[in-house]
Amino acid sequence: MLGPDDVRRAMTRMAHEILERNRGLDGVVVLGIQVGGVWLAERLAAEIAAIDRAVPVGSIDAALYRDDIGLRPVSPAARSDVPVDLGGATVVLVDDVLFTGRTVRAALDAVADYGRPRTVQLAVLVDRGHRELPIRPDYVGKNLPTSAHEEVRATADGVEIVERPAGAA
Amino acid sequence: MKHLRSIEEIGTDGVLRLLDLTDTMVEVNRRPNPRVPALRGKTVCNLFFEDSTRTRLSFETAAKRLSADVMTFTVGTSSVNKGESLRDTIETVAAMGVDAFVVRHGSSGVPWQVSRWTTASIVNGGDGWHGHPTQALLDAYTVRTALGRTGGLDGLRVAIVGDIRHSRVARSNVEVFTALGADVTLVAPATLLPPAPPAPTTADLDEVIEKVDVLYLLRMQQERMQEALVPSLREYSARFGLTAQRAHRLPEHALVMHPGPMNRGVEILVDPAELPGAVITQQVTNGVAVRMAVLFELLGAGRDVPTESTP
Repeated sequence: MLGPDDVRRAMTRMAHEILERNRGLDGVVVLGIQVGGVWLAERLAAEIAAIDRAVPVGSIDAALYRDDIGLRPVSPAARSDVPVDLGGATVVLVDDVLFTGRTVRAALDAVADYGRPRTVQLAVLVDRGHRELPIRPDYVGKNLPTSAHEEVRATADGVEIVERPAGAA
Repeated sequence: MKHLRSIEEIGTDGVLRLLDLTDTMVEVNRRPNPRVPALRGKTVCNLFFEDSTRTRLSFETAAKRLSADVMTFTVGTSSVNKGESLRDTIETVAAMGVDAFVVRHGSSGVPWQVSRWTTASIVNGGDGWHGHPTQALLDAYTVRTALGRTGGLDGLRVAIVGDIRHSRVARSNVEVFTALGADVTLVAPATLLPPAPPAPTTADLDEVIEKVDVLYLLRMQQERMQEALVPSLREYSARFGLTAQRAHRLPEHALVMHPGPMNRGVEILVDPAELPGAVITQQVTNGVAVRMAVLFELLGAGRDVPTESTP
């Protein structure tokens, strides 16, 4: 679907959009959502630094804020690392794939426990549709129409759509 | 993971998983508002048939920081005194809707018995001389972070000193440290060793003190004197206590640990505040985070359910 070059170009474009939308980088903090958003947040922060200057980058673990706790496994080692006070900040949340919106909803609650940002924006590499909550991204690498039983895998090497293994809901 | 009744039950993988999850909980506890909504709507019942203020408060704090509802009852306030059987007590409380029981009891094996009478998860908060798995986990976590390890504790030399025979803490700690790859030595007079010691033993603390990475002191209980298992507290201190001289002979990096409450002047004859390697306060702090990890793993982690494509 997307190759490594496409991913790189999409990240560069999103970095420019973040600068443009915020008229600079004052108060901008980039936070990757654990687990899949973390490498992307680092890449995005590197792109931003290459264009203008370095911004604080961290991660946010939404597992303890989900609305489906007990229904799915959690990954233990993931944890939040918020390097600065988020009060008054412009937080750019980063995730690899935007699907139902539930992870982002949980991440918004997690962010709120660290302070009251002036604004929170959402950057995703892939928007695959099927939202279940009123959540929309501010920066999108690629809109990718999918069916609900497909799975989207996003890495630095690219993005691919695979059929879910048989038996999975 | 459904229950935590012993270290053996969860195995090395379970131990490592809980220690990793504890990192997440430590981060939560460092926040100005150390509370997350993870276990909203879940009820945790602390059933303490034997009083232990620190373990009870630690579990209560852990449950509250995960937003669970907590019920606590100790024998003194329950109808156990009116002749209600253990089974009736469990079934009555379970009927109120409990997702997890933390059980502390003076008899070994009670957590297993309780799990036959309820579908709730069971956490062993200490059973007789048998085990105290959350204490062992918090000790392993304290060692791991204090020595900057990330995975297991391969090759680490741990000496556990004191009344091994009557200590559930010793038993669970041997299991957890051994599971993580450490070499454990038990230091005690022969009268305070169990018939089949779970690790190599010695009666000479001075022989091992220069070669340990972790010195773990157990609480020496007064009633052992009445049973004539040790001649006197003074003699015990002289042979097995951490004196100033012995403290000097500890390797510089060595940690000194104690499950609390300490008998100052018996097993520890120096002020722990002046021992650079003492991590006794960290043990208490980490206890809350480890118990949060345990409760979250049992009640919130989910099992065998396929994941969505969004991580």
